[in-house]
Amino acid sequence: MKIPFSYTFRNLWARKLTTLLTAGGMALVVFVFATVLMLEEGLRKTLVETGSYDNVVLIRRSAQTEVQSAIDRAQAALIESQPEVAFGADGERMVSKETVVLVNLNKRDSEKPTNVMIRGVGPHGLALRPQVHIVEGRMFRPGASEIVAGRNAAERFKGAGIGETLWFGQREWRVVGTFDAGNSGFDSEIWGDAEQLMQAFRRSIYSVLVLKLSDPARFPELKARLESDQRLTVEAKRETAFYADQSEVLANFIRYLGLTLSIIFSVGAVIGAMITMYASVASRTAEIGTLRALGFRQRSVLAAFLLEAVLLGLVGGCAGLFLASFMQLFTISTMNWQSFSELAFSFTLTPAITVKTLAFALVMGVVGGFLPAIRAARLSIIDALRAA
Amino acid sequence: MYYFKLIIRNALRHKLRTGLTVLGIVVAILAFGLLRTVVDAWYAGAEAASKTRLVTRNSISLVFSLPLTYASRIRQIDGVKAVSHANWFGGVYVTEKNFFPQFAVQAATYFDLYPEFVVPPDQMREFMRDRKGALVGRKLVNTYGFRIGDAVSLRGTIFPGTWEFVVRGIYDGAEAKTDTSQFFFQWDYLNETLKKAAPRRANSVGVYIISLASSDRAAEVAAAVDKTFKNSLAETLTETEQAFQLGFVSMTEAIVVAIKIVSFLVIFIIMAVMANTMAMTVRERMAEYATLKALGFGPRHLTVLIFGESLAIAGFGAAIGIALTFPVADKFGKALGSLFPVFNVNPETIYMQIAASLSVGVIAALVPCVRAARIRIVDGLRSIG
Repeated sequence: MKIPFSYTFRNLWARKLTTLLTAGGMALVVFVFATVLMLEEGLRKTLVETGSYDNVVLIRRSAQTEVQSAIDRAQAALIESQPEVAFGADGERMVSKETVVLVNLNKRDSEKPTNVMIRGVGPHGLALRPQVHIVEGRMFRPGASEIVAGRNAAERFKGAGIGETLWFGQREWRVVGTFDAGNSGFDSEIWGDAEQLMQAFRRSIYSVLVLKLSDPARFPELKARLESDQRLTVEAKRETAFYADQSEVLANFIRYLGLTLSIIFSVGAVIGAMITMYASVASRTAEIGTLRALGFRQRSVLAAFLLEAVLLGLVGGCAGLFLASFMQLFTISTMNWQSFSELAFSFTLTPAITVKTLAFALVMGVVGGFLPAIRAARLSIIDALRAA
Repeated sequence: MYYFKLIIRNALRHKLRTGLTVLGIVVAILAFGLLRTVVDAWYAGAEAASKTRLVTRNSISLVFSLPLTYASRIRQIDGVKAVSHANWFGGVYVTEKNFFPQFAVQAATYFDLYPEFVVPPDQMREFMRDRKGALVGRKLVNTYGFRIGDAVSLRGTIFPGTWEFVVRGIYDGAEAKTDTSQFFFQWDYLNETLKKAAPRRANSVGVYIISLASSDRAAEVAAAVDKTFKNSLAETLTETEQAFQLGFVSMTEAIVVAIKIVSFLVIFIIMAVMANTMAMTVRERMAEYATLKALGFGPRHLTVLIFGESLAIAGFGAAIGIALTFPVADKFGKALGSLFPVFNVNPETIYMQIAASLSVGVIAALVPCVRAARIRIVDGLRSIG
């Protein structure tokens, strides 16, 4: 026969301070665990959404990032004329020949300098990224010293807001618009006319080429042909894969650091649960004896105490998750080591993370409660009754 | 002495509980120490920076270079003692996972500016003589097993192609905080190769390093350098080496802040565990405390007993935790390889660990202590834990 649930629940209720402290410790661990998963998810989402599946990014072989890459005009023309490239509504090929540089700008709040990506895009640059929309002001005019800033860039960097001006490359650039890129990496960038930026930076070569495939399935063909062409020194990647690779180091860092911390911290919380449960068993020895004498089986006693520990874990887990859900209001902005530029991303809570976090909390409860529960179940009836 | 004995006896009454609590504190103090060390490692570059060196770079950003001709103009500026230059190479050794910084440096002058890199004179001579020579740090030697005479090839990410080097010398750090995970080679080798392969990129310099006659004039000289190149094609930005290094730290500040917050969270977690232990202990002993009171011992006596026990447990755990911090940090630093060039436990970390454990001990005893001191003898004697 099972011991009623209300017995377990009341036991926790009777020792409010102890329950609160134990569950509180667990909640903090769960909070750290959930926050790390949310951060990783936010980073992944930001960079995955930066690319689209039917776009291809071409960079110089072994350049790794857009900033390090270089593609000259002859190579660009060759790539542009490939048969897999889609045609736009204007009958032109859907290719954006871009120049990407880093510029030091100061943050608005701290005046500290940081690297911001400035992207010079071609006429099709906007059409290739359907997620990018101008939300305020207008697009830059080709041929003018005008730029538009991503939502996060406009907010964070001094001089990047609409109507403000930035000075670089011996020119003053007017910010004429702000764009929203649907929480993707482009939100941290500033865009201008590729030809104007190249002149300002005294460059004659492009950094990257982005093109749209007429049929996404033809990517392997195009990649094989371009990469084996003796006249070219390029590497082709799907835009989605390219941006996922860009965040690999940062994502791994967050994951490993976060998981190591969660494991170490959970040791503390499990110990807390164990202490509580052992004390709970010790102070209820006579009660356990009575229960056994009444005919409850060892199994039932074990189950009741395990349930108590799991309940403790659940309370901690829910509290931790509740706290962590507020982290969604925050945006983190840090330098991505690989691209060497500032990237903003937010904490993202998904159903999968909720499940993982609660499972983690329950496991902590079970691990902490297991040994004490066994002790409770193993008590001999006579000794236990005599303890009172 | 009498108190001491009583406190120890009390602490050992529930061996399992005390043992678990101590274990928890050991883990927490150790984790706290490691996290603080990670934060310190973040600032290590800035910490090791000299006050008498300035770094000049392109004002747009580090991605843009400066003309080689600036060297002689900088040298003419009043207050400048010596000038050298370096380029970030950014090559890949075998696979991308093996990251370590590589610099093409003007060999003749660079090491005069950096006396903290200690190279045996004969190795230095060999390095100077060989255009393809390389100087590697002790930490790289330990990680990758480089030996003198080894051929090392790097795949360039900024400068395309495969670049061959021969290890001609190994340098040590003059101090523990010196970064010995860097790979130096001759700037001339880079430049001569670029002249042939990509002439437009030749004769350009990543950063100029300026040695000052006196550190008092840093701001003045920096301003003078930037003024010299104002309104040119490549405007400069000159700052002290420390500010230059701190610039990197501030770009990843969000991560440092997160680690700092988390390092305090672990203390809060263990505070909850410890407070729970003390609360349970005191609750179980209410009848005893009442007896003591009935015998004429005052609340002060109980306070000493409870605080003493809490502090003894926290202190014991902390002592083990602090002792473990050193070997674990050492292992951790080795496992991370060249990710953190300098990974040492600072004395401040130890002080913070001690302070954290003291506050855990005191705060955990606070509420139980008040309860015990306030309890009325009659109620206490009636209490059954």
